[in-house]
Amino acid sequence: MNQNSSHNIVRVSDVTKTFQLGKLEVQALKGIDLEISVGNYLSIMGPSGSGKSTLFNMIGGLDKPTTGRVFIDEVDIAQLDAFELAWLRCRKIGYIFQTFNLIQVMTALENVTLPMTFAGVSADDSTQKGLELLKLVGLQDRHQHKPSELSGGQQQRVAVARALANDPAIILADEPTGNLDLTTGEEIINLLKTLSRERQVTIISATHDIKMLNVSDQVVWIRDGRIDKIEDRDELSISIGTIDLKE
Amino acid sequence: MTADSRLSPSPETVNRLVVLPFQKALEIAFKSIQVRFFRSLITTLSLILAVAFLSFVNVGTDVADGMLASGQPQLRQALIQAGYDIGPEDTSVASTAKQRWIVILSLLVCVVGIINAQLMAVTERFREIGTMKCLGALDRFILRLFVLEAGMQGLAGGTVGALLGALFSLVNATVSYGWDAVAHVAWAEVALSTLVSVGVGFLLSLVGVLYPAALAAKMQPVEAMRVEQ
Repeated sequence: MNQNSSHNIVRVSDVTKTFQLGKLEVQALKGIDLEISVGNYLSIMGPSGSGKSTLFNMIGGLDKPTTGRVFIDEVDIAQLDAFELAWLRCRKIGYIFQTFNLIQVMTALENVTLPMTFAGVSADDSTQKGLELLKLVGLQDRHQHKPSELSGGQQQRVAVARALANDPAIILADEPTGNLDLTTGEEIINLLKTLSRERQVTIISATHDIKMLNVSDQVVWIRDGRIDKIEDRDELSISIGTIDLKE
Repeated sequence: MTADSRLSPSPETVNRLVVLPFQKALEIAFKSIQVRFFRSLITTLSLILAVAFLSFVNVGTDVADGMLASGQPQLRQALIQAGYDIGPEDTSVASTAKQRWIVILSLLVCVVGIINAQLMAVTERFREIGTMKCLGALDRFILRLFVLEAGMQGLAGGTVGALLGALFSLVNATVSYGWDAVAHVAWAEVALSTLVSVGVGFLLSLVGVLYPAALAAKMQPVEAMRVEQ
């Protein structure tokens, strides 16, 4: 376990988030403290409405806390301006979405090279790296295909390759298997797991998917805006040992 | 905070680090039009019609000017018969106030149509925009993409509209006044009128996209995460 040996890539300290819904104030997060160390595979579990997505967006620098601080690589994201946030999203974080969110008008390869274009990588270098990444996810011979010509699982693979484009420290996956069938979902999960192990990428995913628990180093259970419990992998295998997993 | 230097460089460096080269932006914008060709066509169609009308009216005035400048009394008579208000001393035909108003009105309607169509396009592409922002796009990249797209549509629509309008105007003159009228046309004037119409079309397209593009650029990346749609 590398939990304590390496530094924290994400640190959430006493974060609350309040949304204004008309005249009603809704507190989505009620004081969250969380530390995520480099190379971890972390799942955030919780029923919908628990504040799971809010916390997840906060960690991804997509939303700012009402009070408290979120540090990514020891930098307080509330202090960053628009440029720096864009830079952070471009270089430090890779996003994977439930709905894949590939740019429909671009080919698989162009989708993967787009973040590299934003990062200022030359066309030749980004094409070469894009092809390598597509090979990594097993789609090298489909790089000229548009998203509409790919299956859901293939689209999500392209999204994984795109998330890796600028060698991010963190990959944020929001229900990455939510729109996939069992086997394809499992493939994506295994792919993410391999990546986290081989590339030391921290993977943070919000999920309902029990299959995700099996590969997670850590599972954070959110309930009603607070952290219910944090389980490490060893404790986890006992509690889900009774669930019959496919394969 | 010493760690700051590692993650958040000064704004100048960020400027260099998050980029969208013009060439690439042009390519993306062009592809966007290509893929949504039918939709772009409808957006452009209202522009084509408005610009064609403008060009038709202006070239019509040019033709009448040419006929007047020829000094032939039967051409002058034909113009008066066609409804032009020409005094004995006049050497050029001024477009009437009514004509100008109709042209301006048609251009206004066209701009509103473009804004409407572009707003729809932005709504349709909310997720795409949000995704681009998650990948590190700055507000101004999005703005640039939309403005480039509108610029291309404006140029294409303006050119087609201006040429159609000019052609139709010349055909109309031939039918109403005979070949004689067209023989006296100052072609430089016609070319100028056509060019002005293309320019107006281009400008209208840009004006129409400004608000929708600003709306798109201001969008929060978290929108990309939403599942509906």
